[in-house]
Amino acid sequence: MGSALTLLFVVCFNFFLFRIVPSDPLAHMLRGRNISREVQDNLRAAFGLDQPITTQFVYYLRETFRGNLGISFHSRQPVWDEIVERIPATVELLGVSWLFAAVIGTAGGVIAGWRRNTWKDRLITSSTMTLYSVPDFWLGIILLTVFSVVLGWFPIGGMQSVGVRLQGFEAFLDHLRHLFLPALTLSLAYMGEYTMVTRSSLVEVMSEDYLTVARAKGLRDKVVRNHHALPNALLPVVTLAALNLGFILSGAIAVESVFSWPGLGQATAEAIRGPDYPMLQGLFLLFSASVILFNLIADLLYMYLDPRVEAS
Amino acid sequence: MTVRSMTRSGAPGVSAAGSFWRQFRRSRQGMIGLAILVAFGILALVAPLIVDPAQFSPVVARTLGNPQWAPPSEFPPLGTDHLRRSVWAQFVWGSRVSLTVGLAATAVTMVIGTAVGVIAGYRGGRLDSFLMRITEWFLVIPFLPLAIALASVLGRSTRNIILVIGLTSWPWMARLIRSQVLTVKQRLFVDRARSLGAKSGHIIRNHILPNVSGLILANATLWVPISILSETTLSFLGLGNPGNPSWGKTLEEAFANGAMTRNAWWYFVPAGLGILTVVLAFTMVGRTLEEIADPKLGKER
Repeated sequence: MGSALTLLFVVCFNFFLFRIVPSDPLAHMLRGRNISREVQDNLRAAFGLDQPITTQFVYYLRETFRGNLGISFHSRQPVWDEIVERIPATVELLGVSWLFAAVIGTAGGVIAGWRRNTWKDRLITSSTMTLYSVPDFWLGIILLTVFSVVLGWFPIGGMQSVGVRLQGFEAFLDHLRHLFLPALTLSLAYMGEYTMVTRSSLVEVMSEDYLTVARAKGLRDKVVRNHHALPNALLPVVTLAALNLGFILSGAIAVESVFSWPGLGQATAEAIRGPDYPMLQGLFLLFSASVILFNLIADLLYMYLDPRVEAS
Repeated sequence: MTVRSMTRSGAPGVSAAGSFWRQFRRSRQGMIGLAILVAFGILALVAPLIVDPAQFSPVVARTLGNPQWAPPSEFPPLGTDHLRRSVWAQFVWGSRVSLTVGLAATAVTMVIGTAVGVIAGYRGGRLDSFLMRITEWFLVIPFLPLAIALASVLGRSTRNIILVIGLTSWPWMARLIRSQVLTVKQRLFVDRARSLGAKSGHIIRNHILPNVSGLILANATLWVPISILSETTLSFLGLGNPGNPSWGKTLEEAFANGAMTRNAWWYFVPAGLGILTVVLAFTMVGRTLEEIADPKLGKER
C-alpha cells in the first residue's frame, strides 16, 4: 500500500519535474527545421500541447498507466519499445556484477570482521575505502586502457565482435570476453558496500552473550563462526543484496558508456546529449519504479528472515 | 600553544572547540586527511595565479604554439590534450571547481536537511509526520537518475550542478538530524529552559543546535566526498559546464576524444587521482570527527 502510494508520487513528480523550466517540446523535436506555422499548430494539437496543463496532466496519467511513455525525440519510436529493447543487456551485466560483488564483498567482510585489527582486516578495510573513493567509470577507463588498449587481452567495447560470424560456443566465448571488463569494474565498485556492512554486523554480533556461551562450550572457532555468528550477522547483508537488486537497471549509467554496452545506461547517456526529454522521463520512471519495488521486497524479506521485526 | 590560550579565555564554546582539536590531533588518520585537504585547498585558492582560464580556449592554446597530444616528457609537467591545452593547467583549475562544487553542494544539503530535520524533530506531531512522509518519498527515488533528470531540465551550469546535488541529497541529512534532535529534546535542560518560559527559537538556537553541531559537522565532512563524486559523474555524462572545467569534465573530454584508445594516460589519470585523493582525505577527516562526536563508534571500529 505504501509502495503504491510512493509509486503514484513518483509518477506525478515525473510530470512536473520536466516542466519546472518552461520550454517548448516541439522546438526541441523539430530542432530549428523550417516548418510552416500551420503544420506546427497541427502538431501541437496532435500532441495535446494546446491544452491547459491540468488536461495535459490527466492525459499523461492515463497514458502512463496504459504503458504509453510517449515518442522519443531522437529515434521517433515509442519510448517504451526503445527501453524494453535495452533491458536484457543491462540486466545481464548488472546481474553478473551484483552476484560477484555480493559473494566476494561478503567474504571479505567476514574475514575482516572475524579477525578484527589484524593485517588482513587492515588490508581489506583500506582497499575497500579506496575503491569507495574512485568514480566507477574512471576505474572502467583505467581497466579498459590497461587490459584492452595496452595489453590487448580484451575487446574495446560492445557486446560482441562486429564483422565476424561466430557460432555456438565460439560466439558465447566472444560474448564473455566482452562482458568481462565492465562486469569486473562494476563488481569492484559495488563490493565495498557488502564488505563494510558484513564487517560491522559481524563485529556487533561477536559481542553478544550467546557467542561467549558457544565458545565456552569448547566449540571450534570455525563452528562458532559458521553456525552461530554468521546466520545472524548476515541478515542485513541479505537485505542489502535485495535492495541493490533495485539498482539493477540504473546502476551502470556511466560505466555502460565507457564500455559502449548497449543497455539502459548508454540509452540514458545518449538521451542526455539530445536532450531527449520523453526518453529521460521514461527512464527516470522505470529506474524509480524498480527501486521502489525492491524496497518493498527487501522489507518483506527482512520480516520473513528475522521474526524479531514486526510488520510496521 | 593556541589551544591553551583558547581554553584560558574561559568561554565554554571555545574550550569545547579546543578539546575537540586536542582529540582530533591524536588521530593519525584525521591529521593525514587534514594535511591533504589543506594542500588541495591552497592549490584551489591560488589556481587563478597559476592558471589563466583563457588558455582553455582552443584558439588561445593554438596561438601559444603548444603541441597536440604531447606526453609529459615533451610538455612538462603533464602534457597536452587534443586541443593543445596544458593538462596541468586543467588539473589545477579542476581542483578549484571540484572542491567548490563539493563544498557548496554540501552546504545546500546541510541547510535544507538541518532545517527540515530540526523543525520535524522539535515540533513533532502532524508537521513531523508530514515532513517525514515527503522525506521518505524523496529517499526512495534513486539519486543519480533524479539528478540527471533535474540537471538536464535546468541546463548546464556550475550553479545548477550545485543546486541539483543539494536538492537531491537533503533527505538523508534531514532524517539523521531529526533523530538526533529527538534524543536531545528528551534531555532535562530543554525541559528546564521551556519551563523558564524560553521561546522555541531560543531553545533551538541555544540548546538543540549546539548539541547536534558536532554530528552535523561530521556528517557534512562525510557528505563532501559524496557531492564531489556526484559532480564527477554528472559532468562525465555531459551535464557539467564546459567553460569551467572540473575534474569530471576533464574526464568526459578525455573519454569523448579517444584519449583511451591513444593510450594518452596523462590526460585522464591525473584528474582521477585528484578525485581519489580528495575524496579519501575528506572521508578520513569525516570519520575522525564522527568518532569524536560519537565516541561509541570508535570502540566498535
